[in-house]
Amino acid sequence: MTEMVVAQELRKTYPGEIRALAGLSLTVERGTIFALAGPNGAGKSTTVKILTTLTLPDSGRAWIAGMDVLAQPNRVRHAIGVVGQKTGCTPEATGRENLVMQGEIYGLTGRALDARIGELLERFDLVDAADRPTRTLSGGMRRRVDVALGLVNRPQVLFLDEPTTGLDPEARSELWEEIERLAGDEEMTILVTTHYLEEADRLADQLAIVDRGRIVAQGTPDTLKSELRGDAIHIELAETVDAARVESALRSLRGLSEIRAEPRALRARAADASSAIPAVLGALESEGVAVSSVTVARPSLDDVYLRHAGRIYRDIEEAA
Amino acid sequence: MKPLRHTWQVTLRHLRAIFRQPAWIGITLIQPVIWLLLFGALFKSIAHIPGFTGGSYVEFLTPGIIVMLAISSAGWSGMAYIEDMESGVMDRFLVSPIWRGALNAGSVAQNVIIIAVQSVIVVGLSLAVGGHFPNDVGGIAILIGVSALLGASFASLSNALALVVRQRESLIGAVTSITLPLTFLSAAFMQLTLVPGWIGSVSRFNPVNWAVQAGRSASTEHTDWNLVATRIGLLVVLLIVSAALATRSFRAYQRSI
Repeated sequence: MTEMVVAQELRKTYPGEIRALAGLSLTVERGTIFALAGPNGAGKSTTVKILTTLTLPDSGRAWIAGMDVLAQPNRVRHAIGVVGQKTGCTPEATGRENLVMQGEIYGLTGRALDARIGELLERFDLVDAADRPTRTLSGGMRRRVDVALGLVNRPQVLFLDEPTTGLDPEARSELWEEIERLAGDEEMTILVTTHYLEEADRLADQLAIVDRGRIVAQGTPDTLKSELRGDAIHIELAETVDAARVESALRSLRGLSEIRAEPRALRARAADASSAIPAVLGALESEGVAVSSVTVARPSLDDVYLRHAGRIYRDIEEAA
Repeated sequence: MKPLRHTWQVTLRHLRAIFRQPAWIGITLIQPVIWLLLFGALFKSIAHIPGFTGGSYVEFLTPGIIVMLAISSAGWSGMAYIEDMESGVMDRFLVSPIWRGALNAGSVAQNVIIIAVQSVIVVGLSLAVGGHFPNDVGGIAILIGVSALLGASFASLSNALALVVRQRESLIGAVTSITLPLTFLSAAFMQLTLVPGWIGSVSRFNPVNWAVQAGRSASTEHTDWNLVATRIGLLVVLLIVSAALATRSFRAYQRSI
């Protein structure tokens, strides 16, 4: 059996007609890292909550390692590890005490538990900090305790809900390395949610972009990027303009596609950006539009998101 | 085995959390002193009201203070749940195979331990200021036992409420508007023969009064064993219902998140 996580048509609406999931389906193969990316409120966390038995969908079904999440929640709980968005450590307890309790919950006791905890402390470089209350640990260290907590029971499937939010760049890249190691050496299946597309790009074997409660694009990060042809051109404008007028002025230019104008910025795609830009600037000048900067980029997941969700990722993030 | 192991771990976790807060320990130890001595002094002349038959007021007051302290500390039990919801610990437990009953039972056990310690302090103080307990250790044990029973129910109900309301403010509002009136609608501070008739009638359905009456009767002269037994029976039923409710409330919580 290689399908470790299967979700079928998950739907959930919270009181107040807040629709979190609108028919989300996904499949994760054994030993792979699957990233769910999308802005806050897209439905990523709700998906994780349902798959980890924390809450129930209004309709739809899901299986973890072949076990029905809705019918056999307790069996599923033994097979999964979960690192939530929030810490999950008891702040007054030490890392070791947190780990002992977690182990006892899964039925580990005595020497087997001690050995497992020793292993995890070693692995996450927590040996020296193990006997300090987790309240006193740095954000990065506490996050490592969280991940260790999620691994105590040697789960087959590990869920990481926005694991690197709030971490400094160094702690973030350390955690990325650890996640890659888990999937590689231990054949663990990992489902990670993130709102950093950069993180999804770096980690994921499979990436799904979630928007408004459903998956709008899925594939390997490279496939998704290669669906986009050409370079992305991003132009910042010096003043606010009539977006429709600018778009129509550029539409006639050859080799330019996916033109999107906003009041103070302009995005477009070109097979060869370096030869397209002079023409673009010329057209803008004749419209009387002053340009403050021009950036050219190889396709990024931001562009994938823009294309599939029809919105610009950063803007949604800022609004959220 | 598993339920016991899980309950012990949850108890340990709660005890650890409070014993690592020195300020909390100080407050818990000082509270009984304040209540017993303050109320004892304030209402001292109650013992001189014609018809009062409880001996000295401090003696009469001691069971009342013990029960009041029990429900006022256990009533806040749900606050720890709300902290756990906010920190993410609650979600970590709920995605694990922990026995749901242990989450309540462990919290109740911690409350019972605190209640026992506070009660022993009150008894000691009461003895120091001239109180008597004619039935000795046995009577005192029953007094502390009924307070613990009542406290266990209050802790369970507070936990259940926390899971449903999920907000500090709502829980604080509910706890303060329930515990204080229930204390005053009982024989905690005043003999029921001296209060308006309607308070006497209401108090018969008041669990706080069940505990006060049973505890007072057991620890003083002329114990009415029949009354003690029936009140303990009622308190046991209340605890079973409350604990079942607290365990079931996890479903309500999980549906709402």
